[in-house]
Parts: sequence; structure tokens; C-alpha cells
Amino acid sequence: MKIVALFLLLAGWIIALAAVALMQSTAQRAAFALAGAGVEVLGLGLLVRAHMPHHEDRP
Amino acid sequence: MTSPPALGEAFSVLCLFSIVVAPCAAAGLAIVNAGLGRSRNAAHAMLSALLVLGVAAVVYCAIGFSLQGYPGRAAHILLAGGRPWDWAGADPLFFRGISFDLSSASLAALFGMFAASLAAVIPLGSGADRWRLGAACSSAALLAGLVFPLFAHWAWGGGWLAQLGVNYGLGGGFLDAGGSAAIQAVGGLGALSIAWILGPRRGKYNSEHMPVAIPGHNAVFVLFGCLLAWIGWSGLNLAGALLFAGPQVRPPLVVVNTMLSAVCAALAAAGITRTRFGKPDASLCANGWVAGLVASSASCASVRPAIAMIVGLVAGALVVFSVEWLEFRLTVDDPGGAVSVHALGGLWGILAAGLFSAAQGQWLAQFLGIATLIGFVLPLIYALNWLLDRVYPQRVSPQGERQGLDLHELGAGAYPEFMSHNDDLWQR
Repeated sequence: MKIVALFLLLAGWIIALAAVALMQSTAQRAAFALAGAGVEVLGLGLLVRAHMPHHEDRP
Repeated sequence: MTSPPALGEAFSVLCLFSIVVAPCAAAGLAIVNAGLGRSRNAAHAMLSALLVLGVAAVVYCAIGFSLQGYPGRAAHILLAGGRPWDWAGADPLFFRGISFDLSSASLAALFGMFAASLAAVIPLGSGADRWRLGAACSSAALLAGLVFPLFAHWAWGGGWLAQLGVNYGLGGGFLDAGGSAAIQAVGGLGALSIAWILGPRRGKYNSEHMPVAIPGHNAVFVLFGCLLAWIGWSGLNLAGALLFAGPQVRPPLVVVNTMLSAVCAALAAAGITRTRFGKPDASLCANGWVAGLVASSASCASVRPAIAMIVGLVAGALVVFSVEWLEFRLTVDDPGGAVSVHALGGLWGILAAGLFSAAQGQWLAQFLGIATLIGFVLPLIYALNWLLDRVYPQRVSPQGERQGLDLHELGAGAYPEFMSHNDDLWQR
């Protein structure tokens, strides 16, 4: 779970980087960068859940 | 990238003086962290800060600056989409190639050494009362030798974040004059990684996972540390602004903004805790003060004083709720509040620099900086500390934690005339 979370964080960052390199207008860049940030939020949420004690208690 | 215009002699001397004052920020943080920890770990907390400062400075000198570099000096550049992406500095190791006169590159190397040390001290706040001395030093080496210089190159050394303005028309590129991102957020994310990897202190959470209050042992240390940090931050922000924000910097404005942001943040924290709990909370007010300093750093050279006050007010409010949220909801045990103060305060400071800028696309440049911190720096720093933990366990043994790190790791306590602890009595 932690490894998936870390990869999601990295994937979100790469999407945001790609937005800058590949898109032309500021609006397009902003939209793709926000999408990348969304993926990062998913990764961060997963990383937080992976460190919650009730998660570790599960068999 | 071309070199930035050289500072005049007066500004160079002012910059050197500001850099010399900057270590007061690290001293302030060290005292704050010691005061917020338990009395049985006080000497360990201060010694950890000293040794971490030393390790970070040595590692930064050995390899850090070669990765960080300075605009106009050798760098590793990739071409993507027909434009240059400057990824890392390519300076010689051990500061070779630096003349140590009053040139901007020399001052940047000196500033970087203190900045790396400050960033390395920040995670001590979240790892307090349970982080082994050797592990803290090893973690500091990774932070100062790899993570900090890499991001500092991107933000300050002419790297791709700094070039977003020139290459892609995003405002003036990533703005981070005093280091809200490169120092504070990097250190704060390191603190989050350490809090996760170490886990909470023994007795912090009961069987229902509800937190138990473990108050700091010396509120006077904590509040005095805030005053010391204020002096250091004034130097840090001023030196950073002179080096990285261009020749149009107005030094008095930087100092005024730094102070206003800190006092407004402390007032906001005092007002909120007074409203919620009936009395102002000293440790949260102290955290608010430092969060104000942290948030001021990114935009200290570019906003009006009224905006700096807003930045501080938001930072102070944010830190109060964040400390509670992390402790109650996310079960992150952060005795020094390092995650709330440095990570969250730093991220807010970076965003504020974009929100309150008139330049077109500046907010997107700042947003990309935040995305880089969360999407690249956090996984990197977490993975490095996780690997270190596999090789060299970072957390002290349960026996050592119960005994106190002063006795367990140093063999002598900070307050030898006060020997008994509640847990020791409980053991019998």
C-alpha cells in the first residue's frame, strides 16, 4: 500500500511536469497540472491511510 | 542560464552579515524543540541539534553545493519539448571552484550551508523523544547531501522551476526568496516522513487510539526560542532575497514583512486558542509565531506589508487546526509541531507568493513547486529514511524511551537534581 502510494505521488508529479512541457496555453497547462495534483492527493491519502493505527491492526 | 547581476559592495556586505545572523533560526528551533519535549530528553534534543547542524554542514560542503550550484555555473541540462530543463548543478565537490570573496556565488554557497543545516534540524521536532542520535545524523546527511541541494538547485540555482518564467511564461518563475519551499517545506516533509517511520511515542495513544496530552517541559525555552528564531529568520529572508530575488530588493521591506507575518500569526493563534479553550495556549502561539516566519519567507521581498499580515494571519490559524488534525485524525505524533509549522506553513507561503502576485501565470509556477514538493520530494525523502531505517533502526528501544534519551544515549541527564519520572515510578 505504501509503495503504491509513493508511485501515485510520483505519477502525479510527472503529469504536472508533462503539462508544462507538452501543453501550449496556460489554461491547458493549469488543467493538466490540477489533474496531476489530483493524482498526488490520491497518493497522499493512501500514504496517510497506510500509517493509521487501525489499518495496521487489521490481520 | 546567464549569471544574475552582481550585488553591489554594500549589498554584498549586508548579505554576508545577514547570513552570519541566520544560524539564530536553527538555534531558536533547537530550543523550541527541546522545550516542547520531555525533560528526560532535553540534553539529547540540544546535542542532536548541534550534531545534525555539523553533519549537514559537512555533507553540504562535500557534495551538496556541487548539486545545488548557482545560476550561470555548470549544470546538467536536458532538452524536453525544445526547451532546456536544468536538473542539477555540476560544480566541483568540496566547494572547489568557489573563491570565497564577496561574489554572489560565494555568498550563495555560504547561505546554502546554513540553509541545509536549518532544513536538517526541522525533522528533530517530529522525531523528538524517540529518535536515536546516530539515526538523526544519518538522516540529516541524506537531507543535506541530496534532497535539499536538488530542490535548492531547481528553485535557487537556475534550475527548471526558476526558469518556468523564461521558458514557459509562467510569471517570474518559481518564487522562493527566503526558502519557504527549499528549506522549510523540504524540512517539514522530512519531519512528516520521520513521524510516520518512527511511529508515536509510547503512551501517546490509548487503546482506543485517542491521543494523550504530553506537555512540553519548559514553556520559557519554547517562547525564548521563538524570539531567537525571529532574529535568524530576518537574516535568512534578507540574505535569500538579496541573492535570489534580484537587484530590486528593498531590505527594510523584507525585514518588516518577516516581522509582521510572525506577529500576526502568533496573534491569530492566540486569538483562536483563547476563543476555543478559554485561554491562549503558549505552545500553539509559539508554533503560530514560527509558522508566520516560515510562511513569510517565499514572498518577503515581493509583497506589501498588509499582504504579509494576511499571510501571517492565515499561517497562524492554519497551524492551530493542523496540529489538532494531525494528532487526533491522522494519529501523527509530532511533539514539536514541525509538520504543521514547516510543511504546511511553507506550502501556504509558497501558494501565497503566487496568489498575491500580479504577474500572469505566477500562481501556476508556485503550484508546480508545491506539486514537486509533494510528488517528488516527499516520496524521495520517505524512501531514503525508510531504507535507512532498514539498515540502521531509527527508533530507540522501548527501554531507552522509558528511561529517557539523556540517560540512555548520553549517560547523563540535563537536570540531574530532578531524577524521578512518572513512568519510572509506574514501572515499580
